[in-house]
Amino acid sequence: MHAQDIIRSIEAEQLKSDLPVIYVGDTVKIGVIIQEGNKERTQPYEGVVIAKRNGSINETITVRRVFQGIGVERVFLVHSPRIESIKIVRRGKVRRAKLYFLRDRVGKATRIKQRFDRG
Amino acid sequence: MSVGILGTKLGMTQVFDEAGKAIPVTVIQAGPCSVTQVKTQQTDGYAAIQLGYGEAKAKALSKPELGHLQKSNTSPLRHLKEYRLDDTGEFEIGQQLIVDRFTAGQIVDVVGVSIGRGFAGYQKRHNFKRGPMAHGSKNHRAPGSTGAGTTPGRVYPGKRMAGRLGGSQVTIRKLTVVRVDSERNVLLVKGSVPGKPGALLNVVPATIVGNRE
Repeated sequence: MHAQDIIRSIEAEQLKSDLPVIYVGDTVKIGVIIQEGNKERTQPYEGVVIAKRNGSINETITVRRVFQGIGVERVFLVHSPRIESIKIVRRGKVRRAKLYFLRDRVGKATRIKQRFDRG
Repeated sequence: MSVGILGTKLGMTQVFDEAGKAIPVTVIQAGPCSVTQVKTQQTDGYAAIQLGYGEAKAKALSKPELGHLQKSNTSPLRHLKEYRLDDTGEFEIGQQLIVDRFTAGQIVDVVGVSIGRGFAGYQKRHNFKRGPMAHGSKNHRAPGSTGAGTTPGRVYPGKRMAGRLGGSQVTIRKLTVVRVDSERNVLLVKGSVPGKPGALLNVVPATIVGNRE
């Protein structure tokens, strides 16, 4: 086996197979496992995917939401066991790979058009 | 002194621990290494074992090398490495050492040759500050002063200057073994190790000061 094959097989053990296809512009709901003392619970986090980075085991998405008037962005390691679930709430129609321009917009201007051709 | 294992750096990736944390790991293909020679106090004046690693074609080795390997009945090997020991009792010629010698959670030192960077300047080699790039400055990456003038009239030895960087032996100490895969002869070690993928590495149990075995 070549070096890359071995590394890929190590990564493959940890990749999640049940992930939905996530596009930039989608609104997603992510279940994040949070440790409180000895208890674990799932906290939902919903927002717009404004960027995707890297691939394979290191794939991350940046999810932005406006919470109590303050913009919050969280980066999620998609294949991490800390992420319980990712659900697509709404598909968005955008023309860029990185939606950083949303940071400068407020209110109605942050709306993203919905697209219906993606499952 | 303890016996380690020879291996090849394959590259880096990340794995998740029980808590779900991503840990950066280097994948090292280590062993199997065969014992090619056992040196003892009586025959050689010191006790050590010699390990061989890396398959090679017979024509890639010289006749003396082949003859030496013939004694231990091993196929042609690329690399030989000696480990000094107090007692060579548990080792015999022809014995195979595999990654089983290590356990997950063990602390190891990794020895290898760092990436060669050729003739490197002051900033890259010694982390000098650079001069201003603009406002009429012509002092961009120059070294500054190399010492006093007429007295002593020379530059002191050891003055840090440009020159060859990298390509030298480096030991990265106290890395944690994250996983041992004896099926594929693979070690996962937390953190980075010297060299590029394909580089020869020597993984030994960590030498901890005051903890001599």
